[in-house]
Amino acid sequence: MDTTPTVHRHKFETVVVGAGGAGLYAAMAAAEGGRSVAVLSKLYPTRSHTGAAQGGIGAALANVEEDRWEWHMFDTVKGGDYLVDQDSAEILAREAVETVYELEHFGLPFSRLPDGKIAQRKFGGHTYNFGEGPVHRSCYAADRTGHMILQTLFQQCMKRQVTFFNEFKVLDLIVSHDGRCTGVVALEIASGDFHVFHAKAVFFGTGGFGKMFRITSNAHTLTGDGNAVAYRRGVPMQDMEFYQFHPTGIYTLGILLSEGARAEGGILRNESGERFMERYAPTLLDLAPRDIVSRSMFQELKEGRGCGPKRDYLLLDLTHLPPEVLDERLPDITDFARTYLRVEPKSEPVPIQPTAHYAMGGIPTDNDGRVWKDGHSVIFDGFYAAGECACVSVHGANRLGTNSLVDILVFGRRAGKHMARYVAEADWPELPRGAEDQAVSLVDGILSRQSGERPVDIRETLQDEMNDKCFVVRNEPGLKEMDAKVAQLRSAFANVFIQDRGRLFNTDLVECLELGFMLDCAQTTVVAALARQESRGGHYREDFKERDDTRFLAHSLAFPGESSDSVRIDYKPVRITRFAPKERKY
Amino acid sequence: MRVTLRVRRYNPEVARDPWWQDFDLESDPRARVLDLLHQAKWYHDGTLTLRRSCAHAVCGSDTMMINGHNRLACKVLVEDVAPVIVCEPIRGLPVIKDLIVDMEPFFRSLESVKSWLINEEPPPNSERLQSPEERERFDEGTKCILCAACTTSCPIFWANDEYVGPAAIVNAHRFTFDSRDRGAAERLEVLADRTGVFKCRTTFNCTSVCPRDIPVTELIQEMKRAITFGKI
Ligand SMILES: Cc1cc2nc3c(=O)[nH]c(=O)nc-3n(C[C@H](O)[C@H](O)[C@H](O)COP(=O)(O)OP(=O)(O)OC[C@H]3O[C@@H](n4cnc5c(N)ncnc54)[C@H](O)[C@@H]3O)c2cc1C
Ligand code: SF4
Ligand code: FES
Repeated sequence: MDTTPTVHRHKFETVVVGAGGAGLYAAMAAAEGGRSVAVLSKLYPTRSHTGAAQGGIGAALANVEEDRWEWHMFDTVKGGDYLVDQDSAEILAREAVETVYELEHFGLPFSRLPDGKIAQRKFGGHTYNFGEGPVHRSCYAADRTGHMILQTLFQQCMKRQVTFFNEFKVLDLIVSHDGRCTGVVALEIASGDFHVFHAKAVFFGTGGFGKMFRITSNAHTLTGDGNAVAYRRGVPMQDMEFYQFHPTGIYTLGILLSEGARAEGGILRNESGERFMERYAPTLLDLAPRDIVSRSMFQELKEGRGCGPKRDYLLLDLTHLPPEVLDERLPDITDFARTYLRVEPKSEPVPIQPTAHYAMGGIPTDNDGRVWKDGHSVIFDGFYAAGECACVSVHGANRLGTNSLVDILVFGRRAGKHMARYVAEADWPELPRGAEDQAVSLVDGILSRQSGERPVDIRETLQDEMNDKCFVVRNEPGLKEMDAKVAQLRSAFANVFIQDRGRLFNTDLVECLELGFMLDCAQTTVVAALARQESRGGHYREDFKERDDTRFLAHSLAFPGESSDSVRIDYKPVRITRFAPKERKY
Repeated sequence: MRVTLRVRRYNPEVARDPWWQDFDLESDPRARVLDLLHQAKWYHDGTLTLRRSCAHAVCGSDTMMINGHNRLACKVLVEDVAPVIVCEPIRGLPVIKDLIVDMEPFFRSLESVKSWLINEEPPPNSERLQSPEERERFDEGTKCILCAACTTSCPIFWANDEYVGPAAIVNAHRFTFDSRDRGAAERLEVLADRTGVFKCRTTFNCTSVCPRDIPVTELIQEMKRAITFGKI
């Protein structure tokens, strides 16, 4: 095997990493006025996980009944257990409306109402008049909303002849001598060559990292690459302890059955057929926010009311719905149940369990997607992020359904617009010498090792243990054990050994690099969860059951510590503009 | 259950010609073929190479020939194809390594048929209205996940890689019959060309393999009719 890697060099004003909803929208906005933009993605764009989103995108269009962006903002703040930055939530709720119209103009095939307007349905935690009852706010295209968004944005990019570098995996961020971000280093998966992209602005829209759990709705490729790459360059990770568990993952597989199913009338039942949400959230019932429903399910299972020989799952009952509702509004998810469980949802309830779903935390940014170098006060010039890898923060401690699609598009678009202005004015930061060195040695380190630990053993232990100790319910002993476990897995990873030593399309190498990224994400998640001695939104501590606003009405920031293996936690205040924190009841 | 996973391997860094490799594996009958491939890769031979992402048939990454038919490895359960499961790359696109083919020509064909909404009229301040019936008219094509199963099972495409192929036509159909679109003429002109729809000999391979149950052949016929009779 030839060991000297080939390095190619490129220059684009803006480099967008990630071709999901956030990346594609940012790319389009950044390319306005003819500015040069490259999109790098480790997958073909249409395979990004935005395409898996099912339920819908929230916007107060008021097509079915009265609705206002203020109500959407309020629901977002309350849904996030008051950890939401309210100026950001205001932007989210206001700009959702114009963003959805813009998507429609791009050709997005929304489902329609009889009067020709975009159809809307109810979704968890979305209400009218500040919490009085469910409202029709989710704009949808059957149960394929994300698919349609991704396809539509990709089509628009094709139309505008955006330059794509597909199956390019970014491994490092380039920082100039004056501390500005000035490009990325990527591995071209097909050839094994390295590429240095010199840029004035870099955008990360690299998606989530649910693969660090065993049961997850996330794709195999959601491994937190962008988060880890930024973190390794000193950017803190914000609010990592807030990870969302979605109530309805297909039993043992984690494949998602959208909240749309409950929005259309689906009911959660325990072993005796009881609609148990009546006991936990009497007003919103099965459509209470996800943290509450997941925790209620955990309680049911814990108290022995689960189904099956192991009493380890519950049921999503759709049998009472008119068959045409399943065919027209939920065709994909009913198909998932048939394909993978051989269950016919029209006549049998579907076995489900909570599944790891969405990262509320990530790279801290301002409202224009600019990354905070120190987490709260110093901008990292030239570095932008949006979407699931970022934390602006509009989801706080718990994201409402449909709000991620809003987030990726609203903030992806804002970041793109800001980049267009920024690159028009900024000069070119000098490319530091040896920009590719760190990435090359990361890869060579793995490729040159002659024996060692198998990635699969490290990965499966990580996933099993995270599922066991850092899931819906957490406590100090479990998190401490997990912290020690991650440290142990990280040292095993330092000795990781892969079989494929070639350059060409080496997915053994790609997966191994991803495992390294996941270990970083897991570590910051666990340390932040251990530090937060309260329960709020998705983060539930058995040993600290109450929300504690005096100590913890604050965003956590996890910095890389002094030694290579430690994490330092700090906090910053939440921005509160309109809605004072209150107890959260549904 | 015991199964034999037989994979057609190819790696130009190692050998000039492809070869076959068998993995004898223990599998849950309800596992996906993708799970089996992962088992082989992760526990037995790390050099085995395939694409995949979502693992539940929505991203279109892992199209391959399984026991002779183009399918998504994540949508086929082991019990339905056991005991001998033969995996090969899809045909008609250059193989890069093992089950991985070069997808660039496939994506270029989409571009050639202008599969995007064309409407330069200034949009209103809210949505463009569209009745549920108008929306229903082009629904089938919107389900396409660009997996290339159809195009790479088409004998015409194998014989002549100039043919744009079923997937591109499905995507052109999706816009041609969208009431908001004004680009039908441009698109039909491309598709009336010798590389376009009339190459189709209605062998129905595309329809039978589409993992999204899109009536591909029917949509191609509708496009032929639109060109022939000049109306949508
Ligand atoms: C099953 C499911 C259903 C969902 N349903 C809904 C819903 O109904 N409503 C809602 O609002 N939200 C929903 N969500 C959440 C939402 O879909 C995601 O949070 C959102 O789509 C993320 O978009 P993104 O653009 O940030 O990233 P993604 O779409 O995940 O894209 C990430 C991109 O980054 C690229 N990338 C990653 N690492 C690298 C690297 N190292 N180098 C180069 N490229 C890289 C990938 O190739 C990809 O293009 C759902 C999520 C799941 C999993
Ligand atoms: S039409 Fe069907 S088979 Fe063809 S690319 Fe689309 S989803 Fe795949
Ligand atoms: S992995 Fe996405 S379709 Fe199979």
